Amino acid sequence: MTVSHPASAALESRPTPLLPMPQQPANPRLLDHPGSEESRLEKIARGQSAPAHVHAEIAQTDPVLRITSFSLWYGKKQALFDVSLCIPRGKVTALIGPSGCGKSTLLRSVNRLNDLIDTVRVRGEMQLNDDPIYRPSVDVIELRKRMGMVFQKPNPFPMSIYENVVYPLRIDGERDRRALHEVCERSLRGAALWDEVKDRLHESGLALSGGQQQRLCIARAIAGDPEVLLLDEPCSALDPIATSKIEDLLQELKGNYSVLIVTHNMQQAARTSDFTAFMYLGHVIEYGPTGTMFTNPHLRETNDYITGRFG
Amino acid sequence: MNASSLAPVTENTPGGKSGRSRRPRKGNSVLAQGEPSIWGTGGALVVAITMIVGLLVLVLIQGAVTFWPMDLVRIRTVDGKVYLGEVTREETYRPEAEVFTSLPPRERDRAREAVQQAAGVARRRLLRTGNYDLTGFHHQWVSDFQIAEESKPEWGLVVERLTWGNFYGTPTAFLLDGKEVASDPDDIWAQFVNHHDAVAERFSRSVDLNRHGIGALSRKQNAALLARKQAEISYGKSSSEYAVADKQFAEVESACKEEDARIKSEINTLNKENDRFQLRLVTADGQEKILPLADIVRAYPANRLSFGDEVGIYFSRWAEFLTQRPRQANTEGGVLPAIWGTVAMTLLMSLVVVPFGVLAALYLREYAKSGPIISVVRIAINNLAGVPSIVFGVFGMGFFCYLVGKFIDGGPQHIQVAPMPPAWWWLAMLAVVLVGAAAFLVGLIGARDRAKESRFGRYLGRFAVALWLLSLAPVVYVVVHTPYFSGFYEANLPSPTFGTGGVLWASLTLALLTVPVVIVATEESLAAVPNSMREGSYACGASKWQTIRRIVLPRALPGIMTGMILAMARGAGEVAPIMLVGAVKLAPELPVDGVFPYLHPSRSFMHLGFHIYDLGFQSLNSEAARPMVYTTTLLLIGIVALLNVMAVWLRSRLRRRYLVSQF
Ligand SMILES: Nc1ncnc2c1ncn2[C@@H]1O[C@H](COP(=O)(O)OP(=O)(O)OP(=O)(O)O)[C@@H](O)[C@H]1O
Ligand SMILES: [Mg+2]
Repeated sequence: MTVSHPASAALESRPTPLLPMPQQPANPRLLDHPGSEESRLEKIARGQSAPAHVHAEIAQTDPVLRITSFSLWYGKKQALFDVSLCIPRGKVTALIGPSGCGKSTLLRSVNRLNDLIDTVRVRGEMQLNDDPIYRPSVDVIELRKRMGMVFQKPNPFPMSIYENVVYPLRIDGERDRRALHEVCERSLRGAALWDEVKDRLHESGLALSGGQQQRLCIARAIAGDPEVLLLDEPCSALDPIATSKIEDLLQELKGNYSVLIVTHNMQQAARTSDFTAFMYLGHVIEYGPTGTMFTNPHLRETNDYITGRFG
Repeated sequence: MNASSLAPVTENTPGGKSGRSRRPRKGNSVLAQGEPSIWGTGGALVVAITMIVGLLVLVLIQGAVTFWPMDLVRIRTVDGKVYLGEVTREETYRPEAEVFTSLPPRERDRAREAVQQAAGVARRRLLRTGNYDLTGFHHQWVSDFQIAEESKPEWGLVVERLTWGNFYGTPTAFLLDGKEVASDPDDIWAQFVNHHDAVAERFSRSVDLNRHGIGALSRKQNAALLARKQAEISYGKSSSEYAVADKQFAEVESACKEEDARIKSEINTLNKENDRFQLRLVTADGQEKILPLADIVRAYPANRLSFGDEVGIYFSRWAEFLTQRPRQANTEGGVLPAIWGTVAMTLLMSLVVVPFGVLAALYLREYAKSGPIISVVRIAINNLAGVPSIVFGVFGMGFFCYLVGKFIDGGPQHIQVAPMPPAWWWLAMLAVVLVGAAAFLVGLIGARDRAKESRFGRYLGRFAVALWLLSLAPVVYVVVHTPYFSGFYEANLPSPTFGTGGVLWASLTLALLTVPVVIVATEESLAAVPNSMREGSYACGASKWQTIRRIVLPRALPGIMTGMILAMARGAGEVAPIMLVGAVKLAPELPVDGVFPYLHPSRSFMHLGFHIYDLGFQSLNSEAARPMVYTTTLLLIGIVALLNVMAVWLRSRLRRRYLVSQF
């Protein structure tokens, strides 16, 4: 189990300090009392629950996605514990946390991809623009069409680059070639891939490099014009240039789209997101505006994690 | 490269310098050595390949030399007999003592001594002497010690005839209208070459006229006769319908009679023209024989042939083999109907088996939830591949031919089922339709996502399936007991149309036999489609079927093609089951031809595999059939290989389209 040594897992994923952190954490209140009270993380690791610390600013936002005490089990193993989050509209929200803490699981729960796994059971509710997500009456297919998702590993389809991008439109039965082409170009430009592939749109999407494949998947995710974009470490296979293009893209999308992004890269979270949630072993520990989270986190555990001094 | 070369290095660096002690490694385990495993695995491969290549080379050589023209030898034995023929085989054997006693006394001792000098072993050759109509045998063994004189006569002629098999002799005259026009072998041969092509042309024209012209007439007549009989069955002999049909039949009959006479006279003229040309030959033992040129397929002076002539004869025999019908109880001539039948049956089989197998595999892999029932189904399918193929043949014969086929031919009565009274039948029909509609509705409700959430909804789905199954048996019962159906081919009874073996039933039987192959291969290729692709598709809002059709199937297509290739190879080579469901020794008509409706699923057919069996084990003249067995085997292997190559090519094209990158 990857989470048996959370500290070491976090250390491995600590960002290399090439760039200085935006601001050094300077919350004397936290640093003054080391070990004065029992750490929340230890409590959670022992199986007790610890309430999430949600900053007051969150309550003032207009949520596009509301997650209310959501729990999820893979068979007997619980992966999410009473997660409550409000994802603000038109903003970028980052999910950070050590490997195996349930970030991907939470993301996959939002568009109900976990339905595909037989053993998954859930409790709690989510709402997309006040429409329930976990109600028997929900048409899952319509729901998924309102969201775009990019996976941790690139997963282009076995078809041409062009067809890959316009896939969401194809399944809707769109046949107008002009509209398709327009969407294809717009999405590929948005994903910073257009210049590389514009001359070979009809070659196989599987023949691209890993990073190009990931950008292809991003293009596919935004082709359907989704309300919410779910990005699961979209840049883990990309070089710095492509990464910065994607980050620029996020800035552009902000406003029109609401983005929920999982990342292990603290700088990326700090640079691109408006809000950040820190998760640990299936629990949300702290959730607040990115500025505060990275400069002045309310909890010492968060501070330790983002500075790489875990535990 | 391997562990043994690394071992000393390990010993030489004890790691003391770095201050970190290394665990000493033992480098001498046998399992760590590379060679034994290479020898083991490589050896197994070599043994397997040797066996396969050996078999192929045997078939290839034997099959390839069959049509090569051999020299003619003339042998006079010590007891005064003379043979003229081709040497087809040669072997050594240990002659029994009695063999010598049959020799004339003077030669006896000499022969015995010669054999003793060779340590009791003698060589003997099998001469194909032909002339069956005169001698009553085709082949003759001649041992070396029996030979008094051996020569290669310059004008020994090999004559391949339409009847009675080969003839071997020397030409003495060419007869035109019964008069001798040439008596010198050179002149005779010139005359023969001069006239034979025209004669053969006329002959094939008359055969064509007979087959197509007369065949079409008799088909027309038959159809009219059947129409009359159908009218008699449906309306009775005194009805007006019968009168009309009868009148029509009379018209057709008289029209056909005229046409028939015209064609027959045409054939007669052709034959009469052909009859003018004759060849007189004398056999090695001095008997004379006059052969009409029309009876001669091919003749050549075997010992005068240049290499070019030999190559020409070789290829003309291959051409005949591939494009002509068989003659001489299949031991001579071509195998075109068998090629045709094999290909038609195999393609028909693939047409049935691939969709069924792929759909079944799709359900098993994409829809069914894994559980004990699915495991059992999977095991059952795999075991189906182990059922002896003859069992499938028996099943096919019993079910397809004698049940389904007879039902199609003659309706319920013909399969000894009493039809229900109409009122009862309509009631039963209504009940079945109601149950079916209920099943459909319940299934529709149960299939909605909303319903799937609740336990009640899941039970609804199961209930729908149960209803479907429940209505299935009554459907069969109702169909079988219908009072309104008395067969499509009632007029033809008692001679069966579908109620006997045919290419359709053979294809279905083989489809049943090969469906596990397709299912297993398809399932494997579906399992190889990464789940991340499916998830990506679902995340785009695609439904399950859209995902399967657009992502899963294209990606799995190469694997499905592999399954199809395997199924085709298996099906094309299978003989035992089709013997029972439609393959015959000699089929008068092809299952696919130019006569409407082009595909005749009820016709029995010839098949290369069955042809091999028939030649090898059922033939009266097995020595003559022996080379044909090899050639036919070669051809069957070639056809299977060709089908495979085509499918492999198709598959590689598909693969290229879905090229997987290596990053
Ligand atoms: N299909 C599954 N079946 C059972 N357990 C699963 C499954 N998928 C994930 N898990 C478990 O759920 C927990 C959360 O996994 P998840 O993939 O959400 O982690 P993550 O936060 O995305 O990690 P990473 O940063 O490494 O991607 C892990 O302990 C994992 O082992
Ligand atoms: Mg993850």
